[in-house]
Amino acid sequence: MSGDTAATGAVVVKGDDDAYRPSERRLAHEAYRRGRARRSALIAAGSALATAVALYLLVVNSPGWEVTRKTFFNADYARQALPEVLKGLRLNLELMLGCGALILVFGLLLAVLRTLRGPVFLPVRLLATVYVDFFLGLPMIICLLVMITGVPALRLSGVTTDPLLLGGAALVLTYSAYVSEVFRSGIESVHPSQRAAARSLGLTNAQAMRYVVLPQAVRRVVPPLLNNLVSLQKDTGLVSIGGAIDAVYAAKIIAARSFNFTPYLVAGLVFIVLTIPLTRFADWLTARTNRRQFQGGAV
Amino acid sequence: MSGADVLRLESVRKTFGGQVVLRDVGFTVPEHSVTALIGASGSGKSTLMRCVNLLEGIDDGAIFLDGAEITDPRADQDAVRRRIGVVFQSYNLFPHMTVLENITLAPRRVHGRGRAEAETRALELLDRLGLAAKAKEYPDRLSGGQQQRVAIVRALATGPRLLLLDEITAALDPVLVGEVLSVVRDLKEQGMTMVLSTHEMGFAREVADQVCFLDGGVVLEQGPPEQVFGDPREERTRRFLSRVVASGRLQG
Ligand SMILES: Nc1ncnc2c1ncn2[C@@H]1O[C@H](COP(=O)(O)OP(=O)(O)O)[C@@H](O)[C@H]1O
Ligand SMILES: [Mg+2]
Repeated sequence: MSGDTAATGAVVVKGDDDAYRPSERRLAHEAYRRGRARRSALIAAGSALATAVALYLLVVNSPGWEVTRKTFFNADYARQALPEVLKGLRLNLELMLGCGALILVFGLLLAVLRTLRGPVFLPVRLLATVYVDFFLGLPMIICLLVMITGVPALRLSGVTTDPLLLGGAALVLTYSAYVSEVFRSGIESVHPSQRAAARSLGLTNAQAMRYVVLPQAVRRVVPPLLNNLVSLQKDTGLVSIGGAIDAVYAAKIIAARSFNFTPYLVAGLVFIVLTIPLTRFADWLTARTNRRQFQGGAV
Repeated sequence: MSGADVLRLESVRKTFGGQVVLRDVGFTVPEHSVTALIGASGSGKSTLMRCVNLLEGIDDGAIFLDGAEITDPRADQDAVRRRIGVVFQSYNLFPHMTVLENITLAPRRVHGRGRAEAETRALELLDRLGLAAKAKEYPDRLSGGQQQRVAIVRALATGPRLLLLDEITAALDPVLVGEVLSVVRDLKEQGMTMVLSTHEMGFAREVADQVCFLDGGVVLEQGPPEQVFGDPREERTRRFLSRVVASGRLQG
C-alpha cells in the first residue's frame, strides 16, 4: 500500500517533453492576451500623462505659483540642503534600526504576556493591557514632548537629558504598543487545534507557545510589521522637535537661515525615496504569503 | 501487571454551558486491546477523547490511567499527556516544520532525547510506514493519507502507553482510507493499546476487541464486535447501525 504511493510519487512526468508543440488554440489565446495587455498598458500610460498635464497646468496657473516656486522649489537651496539633510538622515536610520530592534522585543513580550492564562498572571496581564491601551491612544507627538521636556525637568540623577535618547525612548514606548497588537493578532490567528496538538504531545504551555504558536504567528505578521517599520522610519523625523540634528532638523536650520522652504521639500523627498523600497518589499511579501496560504494544506 | 486496565472511566460527566454531552460514561480498556467508540455525529466521541487527554476538564466522575486518577486536580497534566498519544481527524501537523521536525519535537523537547537519537527513531518509524522519503518535506506537500500517517508516527514517537485515534480517516477519500487503516492494523498486532472513534464500521468490526456505542451521553451498549454489530441488544443501536449501513459505510 505505502510502497505504491512511493512509486507513484517517483513517476512524475518530466517538464522537458520535446514532442510537445503548442496548439493553434493556445497560440491564438496567447496572442489575444498579449494584445489585451498592450492595450491596457497604453490606456494606463495615456491616463497618467493626462492627469500629470492637468495637475501641472492647474498648479502653474494658480495665482500664488510664482511665490511658491521661489520658496519651495529653489534649485540653489536644494543643492545646498541635500548634503546636510543626508548627513542628518544617518541619525534617522540609526534611530530606526536601534528603536526597531527594541520595539520588536518589547512588542513581542507584551503580546505574549497578554496571552498568559490563569490567576497567577492576572497582574502582568492587566499591566500589559493597560500599557497597550494607554500608548495606543496617546498621540505620538505628546509622548515625545513629555519625554523630551518632562524627563529633564525632573532632574533625576543618572537619567539622561539627551533629546535623542529620550526621543528614541518615546518612539519605543509608543511603537511597542502598536507592534504588540500586531503580534497578538498573529498569535490569535494560529488555530487552537495547533496548540491542542502541541499540548497533547506533552509540551508545556510555554513550549507550545515557543515551538508551535509563535513561529507561525511571527511568519504571518511580517508584512504588517514592515508597514510599522515604514511608519517608524518617518516618525524618527519627529525627534527633531527636541533639537537632535536629524534630516528634518538639518533642513530646518538651512530654512531658518535662508527664509526658504526648499530644504524641507528635499528632506521630505529623501524620506519618500527611503520608504518606497520598504513598502514595495512589504507588498511583495504580503502577496507571497497570500499565495502560500491559498495553496496551503488542511491545517 | 499483565491483563491490567490501561484506561478506566467511571461515571464521567461533561457539559458545555447547559448542554450535557457526556451524562454518565464508564468503560475500561485492558492492556493491548482496541476499543472502538461508535455513535452518531455529535454524540460526544471527540469530547470523550479530549477529556481523556485532559484537553477538556470533566464535571464529574473520574478517569484512571494505569490505575492512577488523572482527573485528580493534583495530577501532573503534562506528565499524563506525555503518556497518551493522540491523532486528530484534521491531522494538525505543524505546518512550519518538516515531517522529521514534527515527529522529533516532543521526543527532543519533552523527553529530552538527543537530536540524533530522536531522528534515528523517527526515521525508523517513518520507514516502517513507507514514508522515509518524505522526512524532509513540509506537511502541505503530502497527501491527506500521508499527512495522517505522519500524525500517527508523531503520536508514536514518544512511546505512549495509550493511543487515541479520533476519526482519523474521516477527512480522507476512500482510496487513502486503506493506507491509514492498515497502519492501525499493524499497531494492533504490535500490542498497542488504542481507543478509536470511527464511522468505518467494517473496520471497527475487524480490528476492535470491544465496541462502545455512545448515545444520549451514555455508553448505551458495549461488547465484542460480533455481538454489537451482529446482534445488538438495544433498539437504538440497531437503528444507528441500519442508518450507517444505508449510507454504505459498513463495508469499510
Ligand atoms: N468546545 C465546545 N464548546 C461547546 N460545545 C461543544 C464543544 N465541543 C463539543 N461541543 C458539543 O458537544 C457535542 C459533542 O461533540 P463531539 O464530541 O465533537 O461529537 P462527535 O465527535 O461524536 O461527533 C456536540 O453537540 C458539540 O456541539
Ligand atoms: Mg468528532
